[in-house]
Amino acid sequence: MKPVLVKGSEAIALGALEAGCRCYFGYPITPQNEIPELMARELPKRGGVFLQAESELAAVNMLLGAVSTGVRAMTSSSSPGISLMAETFSYLAALELPAVVVNVSRGGPGLGGIEASQGDYFQATRGAGHGDYHFLVLSPASVQEAYELTAKAFELSEKYRQPAMILTDALLGQMKEPLLPRRLRVREYPKDWALTGARGRPARVLKSLFLGPGELRARNELLQKKYRAMRREARAEVLYAEGAELAVCAFGSLSRIVKEAVEMARKKGYPVAFVRPITLFPFPEKPFRELSLRGVRFLVVELNCGQMVEDVKLSVCGRAEVESFALPPSDLPAPEDIYRRIRRCLRKR
Amino acid sequence: MSPKKVKPPFTFPRSLTERPFHYCPGCHHGIAHRLLAEVIDELGIRERAYGVASIGCACFLYYYYDVDICEAPHGRACAAATGAKRARPELAVFTYQGDGDFAAIGLTESLHAAARGERITAIMINNTVYGMTGGQLSPTTLPGQRTTTTPEGRDPRVYGYPLKVAEILAQFPGVAFCARVAVNTPKRVLEAREALRRAFLAQLEERGFGYVEFLSACPVNWKLDPVSAARKVDELTETFPLGVFRDLT
Repeated sequence: MKPVLVKGSEAIALGALEAGCRCYFGYPITPQNEIPELMARELPKRGGVFLQAESELAAVNMLLGAVSTGVRAMTSSSSPGISLMAETFSYLAALELPAVVVNVSRGGPGLGGIEASQGDYFQATRGAGHGDYHFLVLSPASVQEAYELTAKAFELSEKYRQPAMILTDALLGQMKEPLLPRRLRVREYPKDWALTGARGRPARVLKSLFLGPGELRARNELLQKKYRAMRREARAEVLYAEGAELAVCAFGSLSRIVKEAVEMARKKGYPVAFVRPITLFPFPEKPFRELSLRGVRFLVVELNCGQMVEDVKLSVCGRAEVESFALPPSDLPAPEDIYRRIRRCLRKR
Repeated sequence: MSPKKVKPPFTFPRSLTERPFHYCPGCHHGIAHRLLAEVIDELGIRERAYGVASIGCACFLYYYYDVDICEAPHGRACAAATGAKRARPELAVFTYQGDGDFAAIGLTESLHAAARGERITAIMINNTVYGMTGGQLSPTTLPGQRTTTTPEGRDPRVYGYPLKVAEILAQFPGVAFCARVAVNTPKRVLEAREALRRAFLAQLEERGFGYVEFLSACPVNWKLDPVSAARKVDELTETFPLGVFRDLT
C-alpha cells in the first residue's frame, strides 16, 4: 500500500469513510473546510449523504436525526461553531446517540483567531452544554493517528451508545504528512434502539424528558455508570518513564513539539519523561498516578491558559508538584522554548 | 332480519395509543392528534413513520403515538427530521411543533428545510401564544392581544406584526403542499384531515416539503372557556386566513 500525502483534516474525513460513515452535515468554518469538501466529493459516490446546513445548529440537529436512525454519521466544525452546537451535544448525550463530532479548534475566546489553539479542552472534556454529561474525546497528534482515531471514534461511540469528539487544531488540521490509508477493523454493535419504523416490533422512543419522581436521578446515575465504564478506554503515550524526575505532558499537535523538547533534554542527560493523553475523556489517570507515586513532578504544556493541568492535578491528587506552562494561542513555541522551561523546572529542585 | 355486518363509522386509530391526552379542556391538540393518527393509518405508513417531538405542549407526542418518535431540541425539529429522512429516505418523517418552536426559535431551520424541499411533513399548531410556559407573546400573537409578556396587548410599534408562515412558505418552490386549517367546526375538521393527507403525499410522492398550520384554541392562556375559545378561532382567521396556499400533489 502506498502512502498518500494529505492534511490532518483530510485524514479525519478518510478515517470516517473507512469507518463506514454514511452521512455528513456541516457548515463552513476555517480551519476545517477540507473535511466537508472531501466529504462532498466522496460521500455521494459511495451512496452516502453530504448536506451543507444553514448553520452549525442545523448541522448538529441533522446529525441527531441521522444517527437516531442507526446510521453512522458525523459533523465537523471549529471552536465558535462547536459552541453553537453545545445545546444539542447535551441532547445527543442524553439520548445516548453515537454521533461523531470533530473540532478542528482555533483561538478564542470570541472570534479569537484561526491559528492553532487548545483553548477548547474544557469545552470538549466538560461537556459544553447543560447538565451532567460527557463526550468521549480523542485527540490525535499525527495525520496517521487522525485517520485511525476517527475510525475508532465511530466504534467507541457505538460500543457505549455515546457521542464522541475528535479534538484537534488548526496545526494538525492544516499539516500535510504521509498517511497509510490501511484497512481498519471497525466493530459494529447491535442497534436495538434505532428509529427505523415500528415494523414487526413495538414503537421506539428517544427522549430526554424525565418528570416522574426519581426518574431523572436514575437516568443520571445510568449515564454516570456508563462514563465510569468508559474509563477502560483511557489511552496515553508514555515515554522515558524509567528513572524520570520530571514528566512533561502535552496533548494533540503541540505534543509533537513537546516531544522534541523532551528528547533534546534527554540528550543533555536530563531525566525527563513524556506523557501524552490520547483520550482526553476519559482522562488517562493511571500513568499520572503511577509517576506521582514515584515522586515524579509534572510540567503541563498547553496552547491555552492552563486547562488540562487541572486534570493532571486531579490525577496526582496532591502527591506531586504540577507546574503549568500555559501558551495562550498566538505563535507556536519552538522546541527550544520548551527545552529552556524544562531546564528551569529541573534546576528549581 | 339477519344482522348485517357494517364497518363501525368511528373506530380507534391504530397509530394512536390509548393513553388519555394531558391537554387542557378545549385545547385543539387532541383533535389534531387524532387526525394525524387517522391519516397515518389511511396511508398505511405507521410502520415506517418517524415523528419528531418538539418542545412545547406537544413534547409528550411519544405518549400518544404508536410510531417511532425522536425528541429534538427547541426549534430544531425540521433539522432533525432532515437528518432522519436523508439517512433513511424510506421513512415517512413528520414534525409536530408549536408556533414558538416552528416560527420563533426554529424559523431558520423551518424555512431552510422548506427551501431545500425536504421530503418531510411539518405540522405547526398555531395558538398565538407559548402555551406550555404560561401564555407569553409568540411570533403569531395578534396586534393588541394580551399575553403575560404583553400585559397591555401586543403593540406593533414594539413587537411588529404576526408572522404568516403559511403565506411565506407558499412562495418556496421546494414546498409541495402548504395549507392553514382550523378544527373548530366539523367541516373544518374534515378539511384539516384532507390537508394533512396531502401534506404527507407531498413527501410520499417525492414532491417536496409538506406543511399544515392548525389554528388552535388555547382556552387556558386566552382566559376563555372552551366554547368561547373555539369561537375565537374564527377571529384568528381574519389575520390568518384558512385555505390551501400551494398544492403540487
